[in-house]
Amino acid sequence: MITLAPDGLKDVRPPLSDADVEQLKAGDRVRISGVLYTARDAAHARMRALLERGAPLPFDVRGQIIYYTGPSPARPGEVVGSIGPTTASRMDPYTPALLALGLKGTIGKGCRGPAVREALRRHKAVYFGAIGGAGAVLSRFVRALEIVAWEDLGTEAVRRLEVEGFPAIVINDCWGGDLYETGMREFAREEA
Amino acid sequence: MREIHASVVTDAVKKLCIEANLELEPDVLRAFDRALARERSPAGRQVLEILKENAEVARTRRIPYCQDTGVVVCFVELGQDVHVVGGGLEAAINEGVRQGYREGYLRASMVRSPFDRVNTGDNTPAVIHVEVVEGATLRLMLMAKGGGCENRSKFRMLTPAEGLEGVKAWILECLRTAGPDACPPLIAGVGVGGTFEKAALLSKKALFRELGSPNPDPFLDALERELLERANRLGIGPQGYGGDTTALGIHILTYPCHITSLPVAVTIECHAHRHKEVTL
Repeated sequence: MITLAPDGLKDVRPPLSDADVEQLKAGDRVRISGVLYTARDAAHARMRALLERGAPLPFDVRGQIIYYTGPSPARPGEVVGSIGPTTASRMDPYTPALLALGLKGTIGKGCRGPAVREALRRHKAVYFGAIGGAGAVLSRFVRALEIVAWEDLGTEAVRRLEVEGFPAIVINDCWGGDLYETGMREFAREEA
Repeated sequence: MREIHASVVTDAVKKLCIEANLELEPDVLRAFDRALARERSPAGRQVLEILKENAEVARTRRIPYCQDTGVVVCFVELGQDVHVVGGGLEAAINEGVRQGYREGYLRASMVRSPFDRVNTGDNTPAVIHVEVVEGATLRLMLMAKGGGCENRSKFRMLTPAEGLEGVKAWILECLRTAGPDACPPLIAGVGVGGTFEKAALLSKKALFRELGSPNPDPFLDALERELLERANRLGIGPQGYGGDTTALGIHILTYPCHITSLPVAVTIECHAHRHKEVTL
């Protein structure tokens, strides 16, 4: 569900439908509340292996959002340690297949490749950016955490997070919009 | 001959690992303030403000500034009149990393082999570079180096004909292609000259100079200033959202090289520039 808050930010609450995703535009600032699943390199490799042999994934991706992160360990009494995004493009080889299954959002940092951008358009999905390297601040928005699969992967295990007001920005929308392109074009005064 | 016990090295490394990840050095915080004074992009300004807040939260709540608490890169300047006793120097450093990452609730990010990719569980081993120097002190320069930015580091062997202009273009190209992926605003450590591996080592070591301080070599200082100005005209901005702050600093070290060669290595460092040092 997407709602426009009085402060101009969009509140995002998974699960998301095609119609929800269509309301999000590159550059929109959002607050995400509800459930996120974490997965990064090693978990994606295992998910691909499951898909190749027709086995079910550790969670139903339909309508959901995957957060590319590997948190640092929680101190005693804390929910989580530092939990900022990792570079999304390393997950590019795996992402189109998950989007085809109904995954509606991913959160990371950095550019996505053309195959992912095309899959976002085709399957109506969105790529959010969270602030890379702001893991201490971002930890404040995580209310609960549990390991869903592959504890042996340590920080790379699949975790289910409950977040409240997690801040992000739409980088790639389902209409072909790309915040990195437009943002850089606005301020570029030098060719490299 | 001065004796330094290996346990003293271990304790020092442990402390550096924890403090580097929880308390950003003042030179980086000052660089954020300088960037805020000139950044025109509202999104960019907001990112810079959040980074300052992040440093404050990390310091006060003892949560790592970034969840990627890095690969430990440790440059050691070992005085030739120092004798390390009670164990090996490299083992002592790795024991400090092991203790620091466990006791500091820092993330274990090292895998034992690039092929089987099994996590070692305690962030060891560190990448250690030892240089023997004159004197009777042992200097430990430690960096918790993030993986995302490290992945954007590059090397190129230029020709002498490409010269200074070629070097400038290559450094800017490295920053442009690092782009939003490497967590800008970035810092570039640049090694020019030497050989393939010497240039790469210099590019890492260059990052230990205080951010915002002048290069002691006037020619290199002018070159760094020109490149920083041009890098900040690329438009990438904080987090790549567009803006005037793509880089916080460009630090260059050089070394003599062969008549055929012009090696240039660029280590890309993110805003989470976690560096600490101590002299024992």
